[in-house]
Amino acid sequence: MIAHALDAEAARQAEEITWHLAEKDDHDHGHSGGATLIGFWIYLMSDALIFASIFATFAVVSTGYAGGPTPREIFDLPLVALNTALLLFSSITYGFAMLAMERGRQAGVQLWLAVTGLLGIAFVGVELYEFSHLIAEGATPQRSAFLSGFFTLVATHGLHVTFGIIWIGVMIAQVAQRGLNPDNRRRLMCLSMFWHFLDIIWIGVFTFVYLLGVLR
Amino acid sequence: MADHAHPAAPEEMHHGEHGHGSMKSYLTGFLLSAVLTAVPFWLVMTGALANPGLTAGIVIACAVVQIVVHSICFLHVDTRSEGGWTLMTFVFTAVIVAITIGGSVWIMYHLNTNMMPMEAVAG
Repeated sequence: MIAHALDAEAARQAEEITWHLAEKDDHDHGHSGGATLIGFWIYLMSDALIFASIFATFAVVSTGYAGGPTPREIFDLPLVALNTALLLFSSITYGFAMLAMERGRQAGVQLWLAVTGLLGIAFVGVELYEFSHLIAEGATPQRSAFLSGFFTLVATHGLHVTFGIIWIGVMIAQVAQRGLNPDNRRRLMCLSMFWHFLDIIWIGVFTFVYLLGVLR
Repeated sequence: MADHAHPAAPEEMHHGEHGHGSMKSYLTGFLLSAVLTAVPFWLVMTGALANPGLTAGIVIACAVVQIVVHSICFLHVDTRSEGGWTLMTFVFTAVIVAITIGGSVWIMYHLNTNMMPMEAVAG
């Protein structure tokens, strides 16, 4: 019983000491949500592992055409270039929102968030247009292992972007209601990481799925 | 340099380093990304290089560099943020990603080579 209590006490102290070390370099954690930010970062890293396993699956089945269409026949690179540009522009506009937040300009934050959201909506719109074209041509997810892998990977990314857009909409409303308070700043910083992370995943998608697919 | 920056560190961290970045870092990242995106698309769409292997190599190299550029300029991964934990978890994830994708491709490639081809089974 006493040993147990001592163990608990030791564990608690160890926890405190670790916590202190992690905090030591950044003194602003108390009010800007440092634990939330590192926690969200770790979520993103685990999300990267989900994408890694989907990328790995796609890489393994990417030549399993089953007599169906090949990447060269179905991929429309100008459309992919457009989508890439949309996402890249949305990354810098989100950056502008963060810079506006830093200067405490609420209207600027809302404007740049809106621009970012619209670019995101355009991205998802182009992707849905591409999907509908592929499906109309008979290049459905059921057609071959390659197409199953393609739709799983690209749609998982597209779904992430969709949720990012919803989050942007929520943040525009939150900032409108409560201003740039510490909670909203923390949320905007998490959303910033999420949005830039999705752009990084897209680099992998356009490189390994589209460009190398067309080269093959 | 370090001595000079140190006294202002907490304030600097809050306004400059803590996941915000600066106009300069965002614009640098954007310009580098634009180039690193345009080059591979241009190479593949025009077929400027006759050698597909070389083209693929350049395309992959551009992607790797662009991922690093995004991580530094947009996600602000550096040795200081969160006392180094951001970078530490990032590198750990990169290693696992490389093992997962590289390992899967490697193993399945050898498996395919050593198995009877599907055409032979069908024929």
